[in-house]
Amino acid sequence: MWTFNPQVARHLDSYFLRALAGGFLIGLASLVALLSTGVIPGISGLFSRILRKPGAGTAWRLVFFAGLLAGAGLLFATVDSAAAYRPAHGLVALAVAGVLVGFGTRLGGGCTSGHGVCGIGLGSRTSLVATLVFMAAGIATVWMLVHLNFPPPR
Amino acid sequence: MSTRWINLFAAGFLFGAGLALSGMTDPGRVIGFLDVTGKWDPSLAFVMGGALTTFALGNYLWRRRNGARGWFGDTLPSADTTSPIDFRTLLGSLVFGVGWGISGFCPGPALANLAALRAGALVFVPAMAIGMLLARVLFQADQDVGVN
Repeated sequence: MWTFNPQVARHLDSYFLRALAGGFLIGLASLVALLSTGVIPGISGLFSRILRKPGAGTAWRLVFFAGLLAGAGLLFATVDSAAAYRPAHGLVALAVAGVLVGFGTRLGGGCTSGHGVCGIGLGSRTSLVATLVFMAAGIATVWMLVHLNFPPPR
Repeated sequence: MSTRWINLFAAGFLFGAGLALSGMTDPGRVIGFLDVTGKWDPSLAFVMGGALTTFALGNYLWRRRNGARGWFGDTLPSADTTSPIDFRTLLGSLVFGVGWGISGFCPGPALANLAALRAGALVFVPAMAIGMLLARVLFQADQDVGVN
C-alpha cells in the first residue's frame, strides 16, 4: 500500500528545495567536468581509472576527487541536514554490497551519475535502459529485504 | 596551476557539495526512495531530475554555440559513440542495483562519506574497488560510457 512518509510532509518546503538545489549542483559539476576533459565524468569510471596504473588521466581525476571530498566535507560540517546519515544493515552487508556495486558498475559501464545523469543527458539509449534496470533492481532488492524483515532505516 | 585543474577541483567540489546538500549521502534516504511500496520518499527524484536537466540543457546550449569542442579544445563525446545495449550492460546494471538496494550507496555518495570518515564508507569503498578489479580480471570489463 502506498503511504506518504509523514517526516517528508513536515519539511516539504526546504526538503524538496534542497534536493533540487543539490541536483542542480551535481548537474553543473558534471557539465564542467565534461567540458574540461571531453571525458564523460561518471563517478564509477573516474574512480576505477584511479585504480589502474598511473597514467596521463590519473592526476586530474585525483584533483576531482579531492574537490569532491572537500565539498562534501564542508557541507557535512556546516549544514545539519547534509550530515544526516542512517546506515542500512551491518558492515558485512555493506562489504558485500560494495563488491556488487564495484563489479556491476564496471560490467555495466556506469553508475547513477555516468548512466543516470551524463549518459541520459547526452541522449544515450543504452544509458536510459541501464538506469531503468538498476533502479528496478534497487527497488526489487529493497522490497525483498523489507519482506525478509530488514526494514529501511528511519 | 592551470585553469583546467581549477575547473576540475571546482567540479569535484560542487559534485560533493551537491551530494551532501541533496541528502544522497544518507543511505536511509536513498533506501526510502527505492522503497516505493512502503513509506516512499520521493525527494531523490528531484535530485536526479535537477541534475539531469541541468546537465542536458547546459550540454545542449554549449554545443549549439561551440560545437563538439570542449572548454580546452577536447573533442566532446556524443550519444552515437556510446556502447551498445548488450548483455554486459544489462547484467552489470542489475548487479549494481542489487548492491545499491542493500546499502543505499552508489559510488559518488560512498566516496563523499569518506570525508566524514564514516565506518560504512570506509568498508564500502575498498570493497567497491575489489569489485571493480574483479570485473576487470574476470570480464576484462572497465568500460566507460561512450569514451575512454
